[in-house]
Amino acid sequence: MNRVALAGNPNVGKSTLFNALTGLRQHTGNWAGKTVATARGQYTFEGEEYQLIDLPGTYSLAAHSQEEAVARDYIESGQADGVVVVCDATCLERNLILVLQVLELTGRVLVCVNLLDEAERLGIKVDLPALSQRLGVPVVGTAAGRQEGLTDLKAAIARLVKAEASATPKRAPCERVTLAERYAAQVVRSEKADRQRRQQRLDCLLTSKSTGIPLMLLLFGLVVWLTVAGANMPSTMLTNLFAWLGEGLESWLAGAPAWLSGVLLDGVYRVTAWVVSMMLPPMAIFFPLFTLLEDLGYLPRVAFVMDHAFQKCRACGKQCLTMCMSIGCNACGVTGCRIIDSPRERLIAILTSSLVPCNGKFPTLIALITLFFVGGRGGLLASMEGAALLLGTLVLGVAGTLACSRLLSATVLKGMPSSFALELPPFRKPRVGEVIVRSVLDRTLFVLGRAVAVAAPAGVIIWLMANVTLGEATILAHCTGFLDPFARLFGLDGVILMAFILGWPANEIVLPVMLMAYLATGSLVEFDDLSALGQLLTQHGWTWLTAVCTMLFSLFHWPCSTTCLTIYKETGSVKWTALAIALPTALGLGLCLCVTTAARLLGLA
Amino acid sequence: MYEALCLSALREGESAYVTEVNAGPAMDRRLTDLGLVRGTRVTCVLRSPAGDPCAYLIRGALIALRRADADGVALERQIQAVPAQAVVTS
Repeated sequence: MNRVALAGNPNVGKSTLFNALTGLRQHTGNWAGKTVATARGQYTFEGEEYQLIDLPGTYSLAAHSQEEAVARDYIESGQADGVVVVCDATCLERNLILVLQVLELTGRVLVCVNLLDEAERLGIKVDLPALSQRLGVPVVGTAAGRQEGLTDLKAAIARLVKAEASATPKRAPCERVTLAERYAAQVVRSEKADRQRRQQRLDCLLTSKSTGIPLMLLLFGLVVWLTVAGANMPSTMLTNLFAWLGEGLESWLAGAPAWLSGVLLDGVYRVTAWVVSMMLPPMAIFFPLFTLLEDLGYLPRVAFVMDHAFQKCRACGKQCLTMCMSIGCNACGVTGCRIIDSPRERLIAILTSSLVPCNGKFPTLIALITLFFVGGRGGLLASMEGAALLLGTLVLGVAGTLACSRLLSATVLKGMPSSFALELPPFRKPRVGEVIVRSVLDRTLFVLGRAVAVAAPAGVIIWLMANVTLGEATILAHCTGFLDPFARLFGLDGVILMAFILGWPANEIVLPVMLMAYLATGSLVEFDDLSALGQLLTQHGWTWLTAVCTMLFSLFHWPCSTTCLTIYKETGSVKWTALAIALPTALGLGLCLCVTTAARLLGLA
Repeated sequence: MYEALCLSALREGESAYVTEVNAGPAMDRRLTDLGLVRGTRVTCVLRSPAGDPCAYLIRGALIALRRADADGVALERQIQAVPAQAVVTS
């Protein structure tokens, strides 16, 4: 089998090219002993097998970061039969610096000038034969997003792995830059097209003093509103579907002993069904919308607009990007912190990653907002009000992240912000089809699968706790009774706190656990509409204050078990993991205590 | 006539050439990787709402830099032909 490495700058469409070449024949993991992600894939061309190794995207091979060291070591080790350096045709000059660097390590190099379609739209033309002549290695042009030039590329790779070539002598970094400039001047023809000006106008609009922040809030508000408003109907439909299936299951289990049908139906089935019907619709709407913003290239602009705040907190501006990933899933946000080079700033980002609400908390937050603050009404206005409140919760999460980052850099992680350079790649037309497939397969189903895997056994445990009696009360009642006095101090009650503890494996099951405990019957009944849920909560002494405190505690409490495990893996330290658990919990309890005490003193509740 | 200034003083839409990069060892290396060396032409393209960071066009790519880092990059630019005497008297 022939082994070929794929190198290149970040944002050059390397992953798209990798996917286009290998299709589904790939697997991802970590480099041995390093927190650097790797992807390997296979394809067959003219009867020969090729293995493609996707090296991390880097600007240099100087081994200043883990990614650079991984890429450099792999190319130097000679394990690859050839290296394909992927370049962005719209920014060839900068990309050639890396090409020249790779050429100093190995001669078996193929230059792939990608994004030719985009370059054409921007009025940029690249003379590929002339570039090949200057560099002394083959050059192929592609537009991987449109599947163009892939056969040429495969043919060129087939020739590359059989070619004999030697590396060029080493150059000083400045010499490389000068040489790249000279080559680019000789092979690139650019005329400023309208599109380029349009890009700049859009950029100004999205980042300027007067419109940058309002537009950011508006865009996120729109995403949240579409999620809140759009998830309602499919959620009800799924609930009805599961209720109908549940009836079938009930009659099928009619002959079974009561405890068995209890565990299976009331425990496993109902909790899982709840999690799926409450989680799937918001996720299936939120993830594609968010991936769309990501694909468009908007997220680096958010980081650009927000950087000043992070700078004031002595953190890295890229933390804003990891924060955005955390909205999808906190564990993904923690892994995403690898993009931050400074170890101090990376730790800050990891420790504060669970302060923004992840998707799993959305159903609980949406339900409580709808019940207690929008009055359970339906309609356009109510959904917009709900979205505004959810956006407010999100903003509170961001504020908490900034405050905790500042606190950490003043105490345990003292230091000044390190240097920071963030590339703002050109806006790209999102590939809608790929976005939907990727966000549904990679994100929605992955996160949902994990939630269901947790919900099913949790359903058994909760059912047992709610049905096995010790003395006069059930185990669950003993626990909630024990926690109650403590929880009341913070505006919660024993059941709520217990639900958060039992919800440690997945935030999605917090609300169902609460309902099971309140219903004392030990099983979860279906709710046709939210008002029945509201009645149940009010019967158990919920006021607006309880709702506020539950929402605050839902926003700020210990990270879920998957996130905790990921934090431990990324930091390799029990101490930092413990702090990552303690920090949001202390913040949440502190806020609840303040709000409750203030409300009680003012006689509001 | 040439005027010396630092990168952070460049206003939106203005361009100049780099004369010296001195933003600390780590940042210098990173800027070299991005192609920012002596003689490179840079243009300030965007200013964030707080005025810091700014985004600069460096060799065809848009790169955001914080003011503290941009302070370490010295530039010079050709200013409009001004009569020599006017410069002396001012």
